[in-house]
Amino acid sequence: MQDSTTTGVGNLRIAILSGKGGTGKTIVSVNLSAVCDDSVYIDCDVEEPNGHIFLKPVISEESEIKVLMPFCNDDLCTGCRACVDFCNFNALAYVNNKIMVFEDICHSCGGCKLVCPENAISEKEKIIGKIKIGTSDNVTVITGIMNTGEESGVPIIQGLLNREFPAGTNVFIDCPPGSSCSVMESIKEADYCVLVTEPTILGLHDFKMVHELVELFNKPHGVVLNKCTASYNPSKQYCIEHDIRILAEIPYDNELGKLNSDGKIIVRESKKYRETFTELLGAVTKEVQ
Amino acid sequence: MIITMPVDGKTMNACINKSFGRTQTFLVYDTETHQNTFLANAAVNSQGGAGIQAAQFVVDQKTNAVLAPSIGKNAADVLTGAGVELYTTSDCSIQDNIAAFLDGKLEKLSEIHAGFHNHGGR
Ligand code: SF4
Ligand code: SF4
Repeated sequence: MQDSTTTGVGNLRIAILSGKGGTGKTIVSVNLSAVCDDSVYIDCDVEEPNGHIFLKPVISEESEIKVLMPFCNDDLCTGCRACVDFCNFNALAYVNNKIMVFEDICHSCGGCKLVCPENAISEKEKIIGKIKIGTSDNVTVITGIMNTGEESGVPIIQGLLNREFPAGTNVFIDCPPGSSCSVMESIKEADYCVLVTEPTILGLHDFKMVHELVELFNKPHGVVLNKCTASYNPSKQYCIEHDIRILAEIPYDNELGKLNSDGKIIVRESKKYRETFTELLGAVTKEVQ
Repeated sequence: MIITMPVDGKTMNACINKSFGRTQTFLVYDTETHQNTFLANAAVNSQGGAGIQAAQFVVDQKTNAVLAPSIGKNAADVLTGAGVELYTTSDCSIQDNIAAFLDGKLEKLSEIHAGFHNHGGR
């Protein structure tokens, strides 16, 4: 957020993260998107995108994500190994008078092609996944899907986020779980991070890791405590001790669990939860301004 | 023939190292001349693809066989691509493993792990 006067309540990019799967990150993301008047929901959990299960968008657009992979013309290659020495990722080897390319490690930087004195290296396109765009009432739904066997979702996440969004819309980014490169890519341009955690020791452990990450990126952030019961909540204790803003506490509740397991958008079914998430959205936008 | 193994020290009394790609040292042993050479593994500090870089290095030593506890998939692809045979070490001792290899008692390596790339998707 560079200019608070033009940002206002629209044009915010809000990333929703959690240390591990199953904390309710997607539930928070889709329901925040659904209570917001004009919103874009982006599923960056490209290995297992599941926001669409709840939002059930009508798909209007589909595109493939491609990266460039080097390949070597063995007839031109003299075995000088300039490419092998150049590659920072060690994605190339020279074996049996041939260049081997390890596509799962290659970052598509194009450097090997440039350094080859014989012009033996060219590039070919490789499809690593796709992006689907659709609508679900007030929400534009953009989903990234990585093909199985691919190593890095980063190019797909870039494809999801590097686009223009209509003025006045708020963008909700459902991040991959954990604290890997793909999470960093997802929060890079975010104005605010919402961390979702659950009241277990394991939950706290994973929460600490994402918390470190958002601190590292210097992102303003707050916490949603999910699945709260009357008993001791180590995550809440941690937030209080470390002065981390608690945005909402969502109870462990059968009604909510039922709607969720039925693949429903909770705020479209329950007045009570519509209020809960409206308040949460209010808390978030107030934090950013 | 030349046999190479990841080891954790520069003497024949050192142990076989558990990691092929990240071992500090390779022992390159010539079974005909009984000459042993200890070489530093340049891949030890590499950001990623250590197994590939280490395997390239081992291939470049004109290695015919590698003895190791396990080898990552990419490294194994480089080694087998160069016609290097892979054998599983039986215990820690360098000398015992060389002796077992020469007696034909070492098993062909079957444990090839998927590797741990620094760029994990999650
Ligand atoms: S494109 Fe870049 S990362 Fe891929 S093999 Fe070439 S130099 Fe390495
Ligand atoms: S730089 Fe070109 S010529 Fe040299 S080894 Fe690589 S592909 Fe072959």
